[in-house]
Amino acid sequence: MDAHAARLIGAGLATSGMIGAGIGLGVLFGNYLQAAIRNPTAAASQQTMLFLGMALTETMGLFSFVVSLIILFGAGA
Amino acid sequence: MAEAPSIDPMHQFMVHKIHGLEIPPFQIGGLTIDMSITNSVASMIAAVVILIAFFVMTAKGKVVPDRGQAIAESLYNIIDRTLVTPIIGHHGRPYIPYLFALFSTILVLNLMGVLLAIGNLGGLTLTFTVTSQLAITATLAVLTFFSIVILGFVKQGPKFLTIFAPSGMPLALTIFMVPIEMVSYFVRPITLAMRLFGNMLGGHVVMSLFGSFVVALGLLALNGGFAMLAFVPSALSFAMIVALTGLELVVAVLQAFVFAALATVYLNEVVNFGHGH
Repeated sequence: MDAHAARLIGAGLATSGMIGAGIGLGVLFGNYLQAAIRNPTAAASQQTMLFLGMALTETMGLFSFVVSLIILFGAGA
Repeated sequence: MAEAPSIDPMHQFMVHKIHGLEIPPFQIGGLTIDMSITNSVASMIAAVVILIAFFVMTAKGKVVPDRGQAIAESLYNIIDRTLVTPIIGHHGRPYIPYLFALFSTILVLNLMGVLLAIGNLGGLTLTFTVTSQLAITATLAVLTFFSIVILGFVKQGPKFLTIFAPSGMPLALTIFMVPIEMVSYFVRPITLAMRLFGNMLGGHVVMSLFGSFVVALGLLALNGGFAMLAFVPSALSFAMIVALTGLELVVAVLQAFVFAALATVYLNEVVNFGHGH
Protein backbone atom coordinates (compact mmCIF):
# COMPACT_ATOMS: atom_id res chain seq x y z
CA MET A 1 0.00 0.00 0.00
CA ASP A 2 1.08 3.52 -0.73
CA ALA A 3 2.48 5.23 2.37
CA HIS A 4 0.30 8.31 1.86
CA ALA A 5 -2.87 6.22 1.54
CA ALA A 6 -1.92 4.30 4.68
CA ARG A 7 -1.45 7.57 6.53
CA LEU A 8 -4.88 8.81 5.51
CA ILE A 9 -6.53 5.54 6.59
CA GLY A 10 -4.61 5.62 9.87
CA ALA A 11 -5.67 9.19 10.58
CA GLY A 12 -9.28 8.20 9.97
CA LEU A 13 -9.00 5.15 12.21
CA ALA A 14 -7.38 7.23 14.97
CA THR A 15 -10.49 9.37 15.23
CA SER A 16 -12.48 6.29 16.33
CA GLY A 17 -11.24 7.19 19.79
CA MET A 18 -13.96 9.83 19.73
CA ILE A 19 -16.53 7.02 20.13
CA GLY A 20 -15.60 6.92 23.81
CA ALA A 21 -15.93 10.67 24.20
CA GLY A 22 -19.33 10.53 22.53
CA ILE A 23 -20.55 7.81 24.89
CA GLY A 24 -19.10 9.74 27.82
CA LEU A 25 -20.87 12.96 26.88
CA GLY A 26 -24.12 11.07 26.41
CA VAL A 27 -23.83 9.48 29.86
CA LEU A 28 -22.89 12.83 31.39
CA PHE A 29 -25.72 14.92 29.97
CA GLY A 30 -28.23 12.08 30.23
CA ASN A 31 -27.55 11.60 33.91
CA TYR A 32 -27.56 15.34 34.51
CA LEU A 33 -30.98 15.67 32.87
CA GLN A 34 -32.30 12.71 34.82
CA ALA A 35 -31.14 14.21 38.09
CA ALA A 36 -32.35 17.67 37.09
CA ILE A 37 -35.85 16.40 36.35
CA ARG A 38 -35.98 14.57 39.66
CA ASN A 39 -34.82 17.61 41.60
CA PRO A 40 -35.10 20.77 39.49
CA THR A 41 -34.19 23.14 42.34
CA ALA A 42 -30.72 21.59 42.71
CA ALA A 43 -30.02 21.53 38.97
CA ALA A 44 -28.66 25.06 38.55
CA SER A 45 -26.12 24.65 41.34
CA GLN A 46 -24.50 21.69 39.58
CA GLN A 47 -24.15 23.32 36.18
CA THR A 48 -20.52 24.28 36.76
CA MET A 49 -19.67 20.67 37.57
CA LEU A 50 -21.55 19.59 34.44
CA PHE A 51 -19.43 21.80 32.21
CA LEU A 52 -16.23 20.77 33.99
CA GLY A 53 -17.13 17.13 33.42
CA MET A 54 -17.91 17.94 29.81
CA ALA A 55 -14.51 19.59 29.36
CA LEU A 56 -12.65 16.65 30.89
CA THR A 57 -14.61 14.08 28.88
CA GLU A 58 -14.08 15.99 25.69
CA THR A 59 -10.34 15.96 26.29
CA MET A 60 -10.27 12.21 25.69
CA GLY A 61 -11.85 12.71 22.29
CA LEU A 62 -9.46 15.54 21.53
CA PHE A 63 -6.50 13.28 22.26
CA SER A 64 -7.59 11.04 19.39
CA PHE A 65 -8.03 14.15 17.23
CA VAL A 66 -4.46 15.15 18.07
CA VAL A 67 -3.14 11.66 17.26
CA SER A 68 -4.93 11.89 13.94
CA LEU A 69 -3.37 15.30 13.23
CA ILE A 70 0.08 13.97 14.18
CA ILE A 71 -0.36 11.06 11.77
CA LEU A 72 -1.49 13.43 8.99
CA PHE A 73 0.98 16.29 9.41
CA GLY A 74 3.50 15.05 11.97
CA ALA A 75 7.03 13.67 11.67
CA GLY A 76 7.70 11.74 8.47
CA ALA A 77 4.68 13.15 6.67
CA MET B 1 -20.66 22.56 -16.89
CA ALA B 2 -19.86 25.17 -14.27
CA GLU B 3 -16.49 24.79 -12.64
CA ALA B 4 -16.90 23.64 -9.03
CA PRO B 5 -14.50 25.43 -6.63
CA SER B 6 -12.09 23.13 -4.86
CA ILE B 7 -13.07 22.34 -1.28
CA ASP B 8 -10.36 23.54 1.10
CA PRO B 9 -11.72 24.00 4.63
CA MET B 10 -8.26 24.55 6.12
CA HIS B 11 -7.53 27.67 4.05
CA GLN B 12 -9.30 29.94 6.55
CA PHE B 13 -6.68 29.15 9.20
CA MET B 14 -3.72 30.34 7.14
CA VAL B 15 -1.71 33.12 8.77
CA HIS B 16 -0.54 35.61 6.15
CA LYS B 17 0.90 39.10 6.15
CA ILE B 18 -1.41 41.99 5.36
CA HIS B 19 -0.21 44.00 2.37
CA GLY B 20 1.01 47.46 3.29
CA LEU B 21 1.66 46.55 6.93
CA GLU B 22 4.88 44.62 6.40
CA ILE B 23 7.83 45.46 8.62
CA PRO B 24 11.23 44.33 7.32
CA PRO B 25 12.65 41.46 9.44
CA PHE B 26 15.62 42.22 11.67
CA GLN B 27 18.12 40.02 13.48
CA ILE B 28 18.84 39.64 17.19
CA GLY B 29 21.64 37.21 18.07
CA GLY B 30 21.18 35.05 14.98
CA LEU B 31 17.40 34.97 15.32
CA THR B 32 15.41 36.51 12.50
CA ILE B 33 12.44 38.35 13.90
CA ASP B 34 9.60 39.36 11.60
CA MET B 35 7.21 41.78 13.29
CA SER B 36 4.91 42.20 10.28
CA ILE B 37 1.21 42.59 10.99
CA THR B 38 -0.50 39.32 10.01
CA ASN B 39 -4.24 38.68 9.94
CA SER B 40 -3.82 36.92 13.31
CA VAL B 41 -2.13 39.95 14.87
CA ALA B 42 -4.73 42.29 13.34
CA SER B 43 -7.55 40.23 14.87
CA MET B 44 -5.87 40.27 18.27
CA ILE B 45 -5.41 44.05 18.09
CA ALA B 46 -9.10 44.38 17.19
CA ALA B 47 -10.00 42.19 20.19
CA VAL B 48 -7.90 44.33 22.52
CA VAL B 49 -9.53 47.49 21.14
CA ILE B 50 -13.00 45.97 21.69
CA LEU B 51 -12.09 44.94 25.25
CA ILE B 52 -10.62 48.31 26.19
CA ALA B 53 -13.54 50.20 24.60
CA PHE B 54 -15.98 47.99 26.51
CA PHE B 55 -14.04 48.53 29.74
CA VAL B 56 -13.95 52.31 29.29
CA MET B 57 -17.67 52.45 28.47
CA THR B 58 -18.70 50.38 31.51
CA ALA B 59 -16.03 51.33 34.06
CA LYS B 60 -18.21 53.97 35.73
CA GLY B 61 -20.75 52.02 37.75
CA LYS B 62 -24.24 53.36 38.22
CA VAL B 63 -26.85 52.20 40.73
CA VAL B 64 -29.26 51.42 37.93
CA PRO B 65 -27.09 49.69 35.32
CA ASP B 66 -27.50 50.59 31.66
CA ARG B 67 -27.18 48.00 28.91
CA GLY B 68 -23.37 47.89 28.79
CA GLN B 69 -23.01 47.75 32.53
CA ALA B 70 -25.58 44.93 32.73
CA ILE B 71 -23.48 42.88 30.27
CA ALA B 72 -20.31 43.64 32.21
CA GLU B 73 -21.93 42.70 35.52
CA SER B 74 -23.29 39.41 34.24
CA LEU B 75 -19.90 38.55 32.73
CA TYR B 76 -18.25 39.37 36.04
CA ASN B 77 -20.79 37.25 37.90
CA ILE B 78 -19.92 34.25 35.71
CA ILE B 79 -16.40 34.41 37.13
CA ASP B 80 -17.19 35.56 40.66
CA ARG B 81 -20.49 33.91 41.61
CA THR B 82 -20.42 30.69 39.58
CA LEU B 83 -16.69 29.91 39.63
CA VAL B 84 -14.41 31.55 42.16
CA THR B 85 -16.69 31.83 45.20
CA PRO B 86 -18.15 28.29 45.08
CA ILE B 87 -14.89 26.57 44.06
CA ILE B 88 -12.14 28.48 45.91
CA GLY B 89 -14.03 30.56 48.46
CA HIS B 90 -13.13 34.06 49.58
CA HIS B 91 -9.38 33.28 49.45
CA GLY B 92 -9.77 33.25 45.69
CA ARG B 93 -10.77 36.89 45.41
CA PRO B 94 -7.23 38.19 44.59
CA TYR B 95 -7.16 35.97 41.48
CA ILE B 96 -10.47 37.17 40.00
CA PRO B 97 -8.80 39.86 37.81
CA TYR B 98 -6.58 37.29 36.11
CA LEU B 99 -9.41 34.80 35.59
CA PHE B 100 -11.74 37.51 34.34
CA ALA B 101 -9.11 38.83 31.91
CA LEU B 102 -8.50 35.28 30.67
CA PHE B 103 -12.22 34.65 30.26
CA SER B 104 -13.06 37.90 28.51
CA THR B 105 -10.07 37.71 26.16
CA ILE B 106 -10.90 34.17 25.04
CA LEU B 107 -14.60 35.07 24.81
CA VAL B 108 -13.98 38.07 22.54
CA LEU B 109 -11.50 36.15 20.36
CA ASN B 110 -13.92 33.21 20.01
CA LEU B 111 -16.95 35.38 19.28
CA MET B 112 -15.05 37.44 16.72
CA GLY B 113 -14.30 34.23 14.85
CA VAL B 114 -18.00 33.30 14.69
CA LEU B 115 -19.76 36.66 14.41
CA LEU B 116 -17.38 38.33 11.96
CA ALA B 117 -17.60 35.37 9.56
CA ILE B 118 -17.82 37.57 6.49
CA GLY B 119 -15.37 35.37 4.60
CA ASN B 120 -13.28 36.49 1.67
CA LEU B 121 -14.10 39.85 0.13
CA GLY B 122 -12.07 40.72 -2.94
CA GLY B 123 -9.20 38.45 -1.94
CA LEU B 124 -8.94 40.07 1.49
CA THR B 125 -9.70 37.72 4.38
CA LEU B 126 -11.70 39.75 6.87
CA THR B 127 -12.33 37.01 9.38
CA PHE B 128 -9.86 35.07 11.42
CA THR B 129 -10.37 32.90 14.49
CA VAL B 130 -7.32 33.60 16.61
CA THR B 131 -8.13 30.81 19.08
CA SER B 132 -7.95 28.24 16.26
CA GLN B 133 -4.16 28.73 16.32
CA LEU B 134 -2.41 26.28 18.62
CA ALA B 135 0.37 28.84 19.23
CA ILE B 136 -2.13 31.25 20.81
CA THR B 137 -4.03 28.72 22.92
CA ALA B 138 -0.76 27.10 24.04
CA THR B 139 0.55 30.50 25.12
CA LEU B 140 -2.56 31.13 27.23
CA ALA B 141 -2.46 27.61 28.69
CA VAL B 142 1.27 27.63 29.51
CA LEU B 143 0.99 31.11 31.02
CA THR B 144 -1.90 29.98 33.23
CA PHE B 145 -0.29 26.68 34.21
CA PHE B 146 3.13 28.04 35.14
CA SER B 147 1.66 31.03 37.00
CA ILE B 148 -0.24 28.54 39.13
CA VAL B 149 2.81 26.30 39.68
CA ILE B 150 4.97 29.30 40.65
CA LEU B 151 2.20 30.54 42.95
CA GLY B 152 2.16 27.08 44.54
CA PHE B 153 5.89 27.18 45.28
CA VAL B 154 5.69 30.77 46.53
CA LYS B 155 2.80 30.01 48.89
CA GLN B 156 3.75 26.49 50.05
CA GLY B 157 7.50 26.21 49.42
CA PRO B 158 8.96 22.73 48.71
CA LYS B 159 5.95 21.22 50.51
CA PHE B 160 4.06 21.91 47.28
CA LEU B 161 5.71 18.80 45.74
CA THR B 162 3.51 16.60 47.95
CA ILE B 163 0.71 17.41 45.51
CA PHE B 164 1.98 14.35 43.61
CA ALA B 165 1.59 12.04 46.62
CA PRO B 166 -1.89 12.15 48.14
CA SER B 167 -1.72 11.76 51.92
CA GLY B 168 -2.70 8.55 53.68
CA MET B 169 -1.47 6.29 50.91
CA PRO B 170 0.58 3.11 51.55
CA LEU B 171 4.24 3.40 50.50
CA ALA B 172 3.98 0.52 48.01
CA LEU B 173 1.21 2.35 46.18
CA THR B 174 3.00 5.71 46.32
CA ILE B 175 5.79 4.38 44.09
CA PHE B 176 3.27 3.72 41.35
CA MET B 177 1.04 6.69 42.00
CA VAL B 178 3.64 9.47 41.91
CA PRO B 179 4.60 8.97 38.23
CA ILE B 180 0.93 8.68 37.26
CA GLU B 181 0.04 11.82 39.20
CA MET B 182 2.97 13.67 37.63
CA VAL B 183 1.87 12.74 34.11
CA SER B 184 -1.70 13.75 34.81
CA TYR B 185 -0.48 17.03 36.30
CA PHE B 186 1.86 18.02 33.48
CA VAL B 187 -0.61 17.06 30.77
CA ARG B 188 -2.84 19.91 31.99
CA PRO B 189 -1.43 22.76 29.90
CA ILE B 190 -1.51 20.48 26.85
CA THR B 191 -5.17 19.57 27.35
CA LEU B 192 -6.06 23.18 28.14
CA ALA B 193 -4.51 24.32 24.86
CA MET B 194 -5.78 21.41 22.77
CA ARG B 195 -9.36 21.71 24.01
CA LEU B 196 -9.78 25.32 22.92
CA PHE B 197 -7.83 24.80 19.70
CA GLY B 198 -9.66 21.59 18.78
CA ASN B 199 -13.10 22.98 19.45
CA MET B 200 -12.60 26.17 17.46
CA LEU B 201 -10.79 24.41 14.60
CA GLY B 202 -13.30 21.56 14.40
CA GLY B 203 -16.36 23.81 14.44
CA HIS B 204 -15.04 26.14 11.77
CA VAL B 205 -13.92 23.27 9.52
CA VAL B 206 -17.42 21.74 9.66
CA MET B 207 -19.03 25.12 8.89
CA SER B 208 -16.66 25.70 5.99
CA LEU B 209 -17.33 22.18 4.63
CA PHE B 210 -21.11 22.72 4.61
CA GLY B 211 -20.52 26.10 3.00
CA SER B 212 -18.63 24.45 0.15
CA PHE B 213 -21.42 21.84 -0.18
CA VAL B 214 -23.96 24.62 -0.76
CA VAL B 215 -21.90 26.07 -3.60
CA ALA B 216 -20.73 22.78 -5.13
CA LEU B 217 -24.18 21.12 -5.12
CA GLY B 218 -25.87 24.33 -6.27
CA LEU B 219 -23.53 24.56 -9.26
CA LEU B 220 -24.17 20.89 -10.01
CA ALA B 221 -27.94 21.51 -9.96
CA LEU B 222 -27.56 24.38 -12.44
CA ASN B 223 -26.72 21.79 -15.11
CA GLY B 224 -30.47 21.08 -15.28
CA GLY B 225 -32.28 17.82 -15.89
CA PHE B 226 -31.78 15.04 -13.35
CA ALA B 227 -29.04 17.08 -11.63
CA MET B 228 -31.73 19.55 -10.47
CA LEU B 229 -32.26 17.17 -7.53
CA ALA B 230 -28.98 18.47 -6.08
CA PHE B 231 -30.81 21.64 -5.02
CA VAL B 232 -32.32 19.63 -2.12
CA PRO B 233 -29.03 18.71 -0.39
CA SER B 234 -27.74 22.20 -1.22
CA ALA B 235 -30.64 23.80 0.66
CA LEU B 236 -30.27 21.30 3.49
CA SER B 237 -26.57 22.23 3.78
CA PHE B 238 -27.53 25.88 4.01
CA ALA B 239 -29.99 25.10 6.83
CA MET B 240 -27.18 23.17 8.47
CA ILE B 241 -24.91 26.25 8.37
CA VAL B 242 -27.58 28.31 10.14
CA ALA B 243 -27.90 25.65 12.85
CA LEU B 244 -24.13 25.26 13.15
CA THR B 245 -23.65 29.02 13.54
CA GLY B 246 -25.96 28.86 16.56
CA LEU B 247 -24.04 25.90 17.92
CA GLU B 248 -20.72 27.66 17.36
CA LEU B 249 -21.96 30.67 19.35
CA VAL B 250 -22.71 28.33 22.26
CA VAL B 251 -19.34 26.60 21.89
CA ALA B 252 -17.50 29.94 21.77
CA VAL B 253 -19.00 31.04 25.11
CA LEU B 254 -18.75 27.57 26.64
CA GLN B 255 -15.07 27.08 25.78
CA ALA B 256 -14.16 30.46 27.25
CA PHE B 257 -16.09 29.47 30.39
CA VAL B 258 -14.47 26.01 30.51
CA PHE B 259 -10.98 27.49 30.18
CA ALA B 260 -11.65 29.85 33.09
CA ALA B 261 -13.35 27.06 35.09
CA LEU B 262 -10.40 24.69 34.75
CA ALA B 263 -7.97 27.49 35.61
CA THR B 264 -10.08 28.08 38.75
CA VAL B 265 -9.99 24.40 39.68
CA TYR B 266 -6.21 24.24 39.22
CA LEU B 267 -5.86 27.45 41.22
CA ASN B 268 -8.00 25.97 43.99
CA GLU B 269 -5.49 23.15 44.55
CA VAL B 270 -2.82 25.78 45.15
CA VAL B 271 -4.80 28.27 47.23
CA ASN B 272 -6.54 25.68 49.41
CA PHE B 273 -3.48 23.42 49.49
CA GLY B 274 -3.86 20.45 51.84
CA HIS B 275 -7.41 21.29 52.82
CA GLY B 276 -8.59 18.53 50.49
CA HIS B 277 -11.75 19.81 48.88
